[in-house]
Amino acid sequence: MIDKVRSHPTQNEPLLFEISSPGKVGYQLPELDVPPVVPESALGARHVRTEIEGFPEVSEVEVIRHFTRLSSWNYAIDLGMYPLGSCTMKYNPRLNEMVARLEGLAWAHPYQPEALSQGALEIIAALEAALREVTGMDAVTLQPAAGAHGELTGILLVRALLESRGNPRKKVLVPDSAHGTNPATAAMVGYAVQPIGSGPDGRVDLAALARLVDEDTAALMVTNPNTLGVFENGILQAAEILHAKGALVYMDGANMNALVGIARPGDFGVDVMHLNLHKTFSTPHGGGGPGCGPVCVKQHLEPFLPTPRLRRHGEEWTWDYNRPHSIGRVRAFYGNFGVMVRALAYIMAHGGPGLRNATIDAVLNANYLRKRLEPYFDLPYQAPNMHEVVFSDARQAQKGIRTGDIAKRLIDYGFHPYTVSFPLIVHGAMMIEPTETESKQELDLFADALIAIAREVETHPELVKSAPHTTRTSRVDEVSAARKPVLRWRPAPPRQAAD
Amino acid sequence: MLDVCGARAAEDLFSHLPTDVRLHRPLDLPPGQSEYSIAAQFREWAERMGNGFASFLGAGVYTHFRPVVVDTIVSRGEFLTSYTPYQAEISQGTLTAIFEFQSMICQLTGMDVANASMYDGSTAAPEAAMMAVRATGKSRVLAARSVHPEYREVLHTYARYQGLPVAEFGYDADTGLADLAELEAKLDGDTAAVLMQSPNFFGGIEDVRAVAELAHARGALLVFLFTEAVSLGLLRPPAEADIVAGELQSFAISPTYGGPFAGVIAAKEKFLRQMPGRLAGETRDAAGRRAFCLTLSTREQHIRREKATSNICTNQALVALMATVFMSLYGKQGLRELAGQNLAKAHYLAAKVPLRFRAPFFNEFVAQPRGKSPEAINARLLERKIIGGLPLGRFYPELDGCLLLCATEMARREQMDLLAEAFV
Repeated sequence: MIDKVRSHPTQNEPLLFEISSPGKVGYQLPELDVPPVVPESALGARHVRTEIEGFPEVSEVEVIRHFTRLSSWNYAIDLGMYPLGSCTMKYNPRLNEMVARLEGLAWAHPYQPEALSQGALEIIAALEAALREVTGMDAVTLQPAAGAHGELTGILLVRALLESRGNPRKKVLVPDSAHGTNPATAAMVGYAVQPIGSGPDGRVDLAALARLVDEDTAALMVTNPNTLGVFENGILQAAEILHAKGALVYMDGANMNALVGIARPGDFGVDVMHLNLHKTFSTPHGGGGPGCGPVCVKQHLEPFLPTPRLRRHGEEWTWDYNRPHSIGRVRAFYGNFGVMVRALAYIMAHGGPGLRNATIDAVLNANYLRKRLEPYFDLPYQAPNMHEVVFSDARQAQKGIRTGDIAKRLIDYGFHPYTVSFPLIVHGAMMIEPTETESKQELDLFADALIAIAREVETHPELVKSAPHTTRTSRVDEVSAARKPVLRWRPAPPRQAAD
Repeated sequence: MLDVCGARAAEDLFSHLPTDVRLHRPLDLPPGQSEYSIAAQFREWAERMGNGFASFLGAGVYTHFRPVVVDTIVSRGEFLTSYTPYQAEISQGTLTAIFEFQSMICQLTGMDVANASMYDGSTAAPEAAMMAVRATGKSRVLAARSVHPEYREVLHTYARYQGLPVAEFGYDADTGLADLAELEAKLDGDTAAVLMQSPNFFGGIEDVRAVAELAHARGALLVFLFTEAVSLGLLRPPAEADIVAGELQSFAISPTYGGPFAGVIAAKEKFLRQMPGRLAGETRDAAGRRAFCLTLSTREQHIRREKATSNICTNQALVALMATVFMSLYGKQGLRELAGQNLAKAHYLAAKVPLRFRAPFFNEFVAQPRGKSPEAINARLLERKIIGGLPLGRFYPELDGCLLLCATEMARREQMDLLAEAFV
């Protein structure tokens, strides 16, 4: 009945601390070629610890088995489609892993002489140039470590520019469809957050925007396409409204996978934006990091970019620390260089035409799923979608089945669920982003699975309600986890002797 | 697929975009290249680096041996190509590993709770300071000048617009350790946190208890920072601190020209609700079996939006996994032995060069060459394929003429002898 998966045994595995036994080791150190030093005499006894209490003691093979067994409990892109909306879970090419591990790059120290860093600097320069071209912006900093970190950097830049004009202003406008990081970021930079409603088509309500923008407005933070996967067609008008009042347009580039090669934020009024190299440019998500969140700006924001900036000096690349208007550093060293290497390799493999084709395929895949699923699920917004599509559970909710239940049942069909209950403007949201790297076969299996679940909701709702049924771990009790947090392992208390 | 979509060509799917937002030319990027030529290009770049050089640089990034098993584990697609473990039923691998990570960080630091990791140490530091501000309701932060200079720069950037004044206190000119008299003078009733690092930027082991006593006497929290995690194999855990924030790069994370690394924040139990970042917690599944899930997300941006403890979204899961595998391999005995080797190497080298400060140190120290500039010494060493120390004048004008040297278990005796010769 289910084509994609069947069950097979997975290994049980205790925690490391539970397989630990005294004296086991999983390491070898070289012979010490200098005289040993007694810690107590070199450091002073009061600075020396006796032992690391509770730390595990296991052998190398136990470590390999432990983590290999753990890995078999994970779903991953390498196993199948991972259609988390707004997360852009595309295939991660392994060439990128190989080049990031080349010795000269992986073992480069950030303070080694610039003369011995020219290869790395050239990689950074090449990536900055490619991202300028892709976004149509004038300058790029690669220092931010993740998308939310890029947002923080971007809003700091906005504040610095406005301050240099004499007034940092008070508020940042954030559409109600935005990612939670947007309002959290504005608050971190000392701005009040003013939500803006979406119109009936799911786009920012331009009339409301015009009413809200005033001399206290620092910026609009807009995601384009927005979290419904809908392109903000009024973006040029929105930018005009903001610019007329001296405010700026910040674009959250989380959904840039819908635009590369098709449209550029620099051409539609955006002043500052961030990218997520781990989304659009395919660097692995790694279970939640590392990422890289470059910030791209127009020329008027360039003087404020984090220090240092990469400069060409004759034949050599060099770091320029003399940046009097800079907001300062947002991270030590130069950012997540290893992630930059992977993203550049991805860009080089695709080239200009390839990047554009990837965008087209991503949008085609999302539209294909929309057409296949529209007869079975409620589509709250009818506007044309780009790289993702957002359904709601409105029909299934009549049977008491919610988006979270359908998501869990998808697991039984061999898929990672879509993004559940986001964006907040769609009640019971089912946010699906297939990306370009899924074949028609995989998309059809996914659509067939959701359609089968829609039928189950009619015939066997309890089957859906109690899913998943085939995983080694059944539905997890998240409520008790939060009520009485157990956040670390502790040894079991010694058993009481029977009286 | 086009038929199903009712489109003649894929281009039609973009016809609803206004013409004036469209890009009407191809991207000005070279055509796609083959795997072979991309690998060749990156090899060429990688050759124009410090390949084959021995290095005595530390200063927040340390050259330690990486056990082969680490890459074996983190290259598994199930870890590499999964997302943040929101769907606990199919993410138990990542969640279990995070739980183990949190547990081992607590054991190492002497704290009660630890988060699932931060971007790096330099961003964990200001997040820890902001945590102290929330916990105390006070606003001022005092940071030791012996904290990594780039960490302090990041702290200033973060603090600038949050009504969070940051002041600094100096170090003792003789020991290079935090100047406790200056700290005491600068502490006031409005100080939320004192930030100190140990081993500090000069490699010196700070007196955590003394700093904690001063901070606590004025109602401030002690935020303890570390950049060299291997030191925790030998050094007494900073149990008197309220919050610990650090960098785990030393745990099998290759230097990679400065990142990606993994930071972490650990704290006393009572500050748990103020903690930023992801947390994995233990729970049960429907059949009553032990399971793990992300928890306490009501602190986080996707629930709290502008009222969240931080805008932070992801952690550094894969990099933290490297550290977890590293800690598992070395374990209780190995981490101590590794730290012992670092101690021995650095003390061997330190005995051969003039030292600037008089204080206990772990694997790093400040040398003050006589009659030679750090630049001249480094230039001579480069001819022998050795990258010397970090000249300190760049960060501390008063230490112009000094350089920071680090010797880990990777330093070989004959290279250290060569380095010492360059001082003569």
